[in-house]
Amino acid sequence: MTELFTSPAWTEALLILKSETLTAIWETLYSTVLATAFAYLIGLPLGVLLVTGETDGIRPLPKPLMAVMNFVVNILRSVPFLILMIVAIPLTRAILGTAIGTKAMIPPLVFAAFPFVSRLVETSLRETDKGVIEAAQSMGATPFQIVYKVMLPEAKPSLISGATTAFITILGYGAMAGAIGGGGLGNLAITYGYYKFKAIIMWAAVIMIVILVQIFQSVGTRLAVKSDKRIN
Amino acid sequence: MSRDNPIIELRGVGKTFQSSDGEVVALKDINISIDEGDIFGVIGMSGAGKSTLVRCVNLLERPTEGSVWFDGQELTGMSPRELRNARRSISMIFQQFNLLMQSTCLKNICFPMEIAGIKAADAKKRAEELLEIVGLPDKANAYPAQLSGGQKQRIAIARALASDPKVLMCDEATSALDPTTTRSILELIKDINKRLGITAIIITHEMSVIEEICSRVAILDGGHVAEIGRVEEIFSNPQTEAAKKLVYPNGSPVTHLKSERVVRIAFNGGTSYDPLIASLAIDCGVKVNILGADTRNVGGKAFGTMLIGLPNDNDAAEKALAYIRRQKDISCEEVEYSHD
Repeated sequence: MTELFTSPAWTEALLILKSETLTAIWETLYSTVLATAFAYLIGLPLGVLLVTGETDGIRPLPKPLMAVMNFVVNILRSVPFLILMIVAIPLTRAILGTAIGTKAMIPPLVFAAFPFVSRLVETSLRETDKGVIEAAQSMGATPFQIVYKVMLPEAKPSLISGATTAFITILGYGAMAGAIGGGGLGNLAITYGYYKFKAIIMWAAVIMIVILVQIFQSVGTRLAVKSDKRIN
Repeated sequence: MSRDNPIIELRGVGKTFQSSDGEVVALKDINISIDEGDIFGVIGMSGAGKSTLVRCVNLLERPTEGSVWFDGQELTGMSPRELRNARRSISMIFQQFNLLMQSTCLKNICFPMEIAGIKAADAKKRAEELLEIVGLPDKANAYPAQLSGGQKQRIAIARALASDPKVLMCDEATSALDPTTTRSILELIKDINKRLGITAIIITHEMSVIEEICSRVAILDGGHVAEIGRVEEIFSNPQTEAAKKLVYPNGSPVTHLKSERVVRIAFNGGTSYDPLIASLAIDCGVKVNILGADTRNVGGKAFGTMLIGLPNDNDAAEKALAYIRRQKDISCEEVEYSHD
């Protein structure tokens, strides 16, 4: 066992990790945070519409429009992320001027994540007590007021849990995106670990991803529980 | 009793739901007019259409027939914006309270003012006054989950009053509460009606609730109004099957013991009903006939009603009546009673 820690492979791996790890972690966090933010920018309103636009929702939308929204969400969710990334390359290039690097990971991540986010939001909002919505309607609240003063605040704990799930899923996708020209921990694992046969670095990157997931999951769960005023 | 302008008027209101297996008629040709300042009850068995009826008043359910009038304006002919404005004058409380569970009591009470565009500071001040009115001034920063059922309904009432409504609709507002709490909530509604002049509409399946506070009542049966009128008239002399079933749930009262004067007694949670009849005999030397009773013993306290035939001797009858009137937790009134 001790030979491993004195072997040249180990020393070399340590050197690489020393110079690359911080940048890789930074790239992972930066791409995940931005992709999550953009995914919510699209997914949150879409999720709201999926609930409020139904026939018996608070602001029914034309049925064909609802069908189109559901169709788009389902299609994007059923395309495997690896394929979606490749399909999105021309679009990424059009937006950012390049399809390689950490920044270039963000558009495909957003594309993969916003339909997923819209379904998470939809599920959370469906939990809102119908009676509370009815009470707000009886007070003369507009549909918009019902959304941002009743449904979203009432669903806050569930929305936080959902955001945690979304963030971690996007982090996982981001590691995958690292494989095809992205940056971050995924890239570190692939380029050094897999292509250059440095198993130590690959495992180190995987362990760091696991630790990141653990941290965000426990922070998210704690926030969700703390924000819920029904159970204290 | 009847004034020129009813505050709420339903004219030929009907509601038909479309379901997968055909049409369901929930309400049929409802004509009700409610006077300002009144406490109006709507009673019926479950499935009679009470909830649909109350939701047709503020158009949470849109009637498929007829028109709804509020304070001289036709709600059924309003634009969505006009309707939202009108709804601020018709508040509603619910069986399950329907409070915002993630907001403090103070924020819950501020909510109707917030959506009406009232300044936050003014709303907060008014909310604190309302907490005082409903008797929970120390619960401003508590969350609904920390309150008992009765306290939640008090917060809901404070919230309902925040928009300075003309009408307060109570949809089974006491059905989730125990008898003692029910009484205190009914007291509060009565008090609000008297002090603020707010018309109250009470939807319930419990006779005792109607007896306790309503002046007029409509009995709903199978989606139509079976009987409508003053509470004492309807309860002392129910005409229809539906009304009789509600007034005498355990079958018709015994009528072979004839009395000239009949008194209806409502037990509102006193110690027990047995001692009353016994002590009438012991303390006053007056013997009375029990013509019918529907009483329940809840935690050692008596609830319900009893029909009593007074002696034919007038002095004894007056004596008995005076004695009954002195009792705590009992209300009584003389009623017309037919001996057929």
